[in-house]
Amino acid sequence: MTADEAQSQLDERVREMMAWHFSEETGTPFWLDWKKEAGWDPREEVKSAADIVKFPHFQDEWLRDEKNERFVPNAYKGRPFNIFETGGTTGLPKQRVGWEDYKHDYEQFSDQLSDEYFPKGGNWIMVGPTGPRRLRLAVEHLANHRGGSCYHVDLDPRWVKRLIGRKELDQVERYQAHVMSQAVEIIKHRDISCIFTTPKLLASIGERISIADHGIKGCFCGGTSMTPEYVRFLQEEVLENKSLFVPTYGNTLMGLAVSIPEELPDNDYSVTYYAPQPRAMLRIVDPEKTEITKDYGEYGRVELTTLSHEFFMPRFLERDEAIRRKPHAKYAWDGVGDVRPFGALTKTVIEGVY
Amino acid sequence: MTTPHHIPVLRQGKVYKSLDVQTVPKLGTDEAAAEISFACADMIKYDMHRMGDAREALKKFSCEELVAMTKKAGEYFLDADLPIGTEGELQSPEDYVLSLASTSGLPHALIRMNMKRLGGIFGQIDDIFQGLTRGLDWEVLDKGYGEQGGAPVSFSPTTTELAVILPSNSPAVNALWIPSIAMKVPVLLKPGREEPWTPWRIIQAFIKAGCPPEAFSLYPTQHDGSGAIIRRAGRVMLFGDDSTVKQHEHDPRVEVHGTGYSKFVIGEDEIENWEQYVDSMVESVSANSGRSCICTSTIVVPKYGDEIAEAISKRLVEITPLAQDDPDAKLSGFANPKFAEWINEAVEQGLESDGARDVTAQYREGERFQNRDGMNYLQPTIIRCDSFDEELALREFLFPFASVVECPQAEVLDKVGYSLVFTAVTKDIDWINQLFDCPEIERLNVGNVPTNRISWNQPHEGNLFEFLYTRRSFAFAESA
Repeated sequence: MTADEAQSQLDERVREMMAWHFSEETGTPFWLDWKKEAGWDPREEVKSAADIVKFPHFQDEWLRDEKNERFVPNAYKGRPFNIFETGGTTGLPKQRVGWEDYKHDYEQFSDQLSDEYFPKGGNWIMVGPTGPRRLRLAVEHLANHRGGSCYHVDLDPRWVKRLIGRKELDQVERYQAHVMSQAVEIIKHRDISCIFTTPKLLASIGERISIADHGIKGCFCGGTSMTPEYVRFLQEEVLENKSLFVPTYGNTLMGLAVSIPEELPDNDYSVTYYAPQPRAMLRIVDPEKTEITKDYGEYGRVELTTLSHEFFMPRFLERDEAIRRKPHAKYAWDGVGDVRPFGALTKTVIEGVY
Repeated sequence: MTTPHHIPVLRQGKVYKSLDVQTVPKLGTDEAAAEISFACADMIKYDMHRMGDAREALKKFSCEELVAMTKKAGEYFLDADLPIGTEGELQSPEDYVLSLASTSGLPHALIRMNMKRLGGIFGQIDDIFQGLTRGLDWEVLDKGYGEQGGAPVSFSPTTTELAVILPSNSPAVNALWIPSIAMKVPVLLKPGREEPWTPWRIIQAFIKAGCPPEAFSLYPTQHDGSGAIIRRAGRVMLFGDDSTVKQHEHDPRVEVHGTGYSKFVIGEDEIENWEQYVDSMVESVSANSGRSCICTSTIVVPKYGDEIAEAISKRLVEITPLAQDDPDAKLSGFANPKFAEWINEAVEQGLESDGARDVTAQYREGERFQNRDGMNYLQPTIIRCDSFDEELALREFLFPFASVVECPQAEVLDKVGYSLVFTAVTKDIDWINQLFDCPEIERLNVGNVPTNRISWNQPHEGNLFEFLYTRRSFAFAESA
């Protein structure tokens, strides 16, 4: 696919989603009401991805303050839905409804995985937040889709955040050790070839056992930003360069943006993520004037638009910043590189464009 | 513009160039003075699992051999061109002085003084070893057991590594860990951001002298890396303020070198001779630019407080900000320019009281806060305080600063609290006996001894040997 073809595909998807979410027959009550209040019809005005800036930024508070039923498209009315929660530490969490999206997203992701490192039929283990999170079902579906089963070890990130907030770092280590001991037992005693976990937990498992020597060939990671040095540490030392490290960027609201793991060593482990276009698109925007897309090689804030039949979310500003990277032969659309928490550095950083 | 040196991570002697490289600017400029490889916290955790190997590497040598290597290392530290960076470059002693000056704000003369001081530590390692172990035969550590004073003794290490979280403000603090190598305990150092130069150079000197490189780890790292080291190392030395001391006071693994609150006190029997002690007081307050915890921060006298404050002030105002390469420069700039502002604000706040006055103000040129060559300085300051109730009476700052307080000799110990170094100019035997009994005094100097003069064979703050080793009882069966 060329960049032009990718752009056409995305524009077409935008038009399709406008027609879907803003028509009475199939549309979402939340967006139909929004259209009435806004006084303009996105079906008429939003004809391409570039027109998305006509929408205001999606506020994630809406996912807490609005009833979940308001996000059920009329086309799915009456169908029971999954409820997935995003992070949060106190109060009512933000929730997203869904049906099949996570399956589509992870099947699409599965197509990108190397069969050598993520063997078909191999079992998985997921060490990380389960409970009400989309990830729990998604990783299991990924394992099943590839012909394997999935073991789970739970971790409650909200409790960890509270401990960190209270500076009880000893407790954090003890809780981590508690989670680790469960994970290590399963890895030692069951046939497992693939793992999903967070970078920190991966490093923590690697402190206790040789991950590669216990049969794990592929590691799919996500959840937090990683510096190139940390990615290098995970690949070269934690996985001993024997297993493959596959970093991803995503959340409950988007799905998975993928990287190109085989190119990481040649790029000094600087990770570039590509959104699952056309189901979602990522823009790197000027934080002060978010309608402006930053130039290639420049840092800006990450803006996410989700374009699925189940969920439409325009221009959600992530709490991250990243470098805008050029399309790749494998993914013919913009990538986002070296993601880090928004505002991590106050000064403008311009990186050599490659 | 010259290419800045790169300070890599040192992982048990192996040079590691990180992808996380941070630049330290030459103070007062945008020019890079150093590029520093930063280690992530998890990497340090991984490496710490292998510190036992580092100790095994040191154990292959006898203490006698390690002592000899330490002495040789001292010569190399002072005079040799030593490796730096990752590309086989060498650093001369002069380049070391310039590099450290460029990031720390220390004048060249002070750096050279600190170099000599560190050289002394290397050179006196056998005396220091004897002092710390109370004359233990080195072979006891080689064999694990032996005799001391006719009694059987055995010592086992409390740790596989001595971790040190180093500050940026004084190269001489590296003296604290140097003897660890002769005691066969590897070191794991986290340098201050502006001062990677001294620990790096000391390590290279040791390696050139034949010490196993595995015994040396240097991890420039962020806060989480320091946290991992503090939580996990078997023994940790760190430097901090009173809150840091409090945080670790019940943890036997951690030795915090905090504020010194060192004092120079003249007894009632000697106060009429106070003019003879002005030189000592000036040195005590201003040595090493007043940056050490062994520098005097409070002067206590039974009378003549005003006269003494005036006399010291007249001498101290001669110490002014000079060019860093001026051989007469004795005042250090601040690596973090904000520190100078915050400290100056704290002094000014204390002076809002009627009971405190800045005696130096009338003699010095300009304000206390100065900027020269792009660096912030604080000029020496003597505060005359009416009583110990004044906010500035018992404060310690990172520049030549002291209060002068009048207090009857009999009340001094009740008023002054903890003192890292306490110089008592007196011949009053009863009082001297009281001072020896006082648990709040770490090091006691009796007579006219500046507080900054210490002897390394008598640790003034913790005993490294007792920190790194614990005595065990043992017996061999008759047939063994």
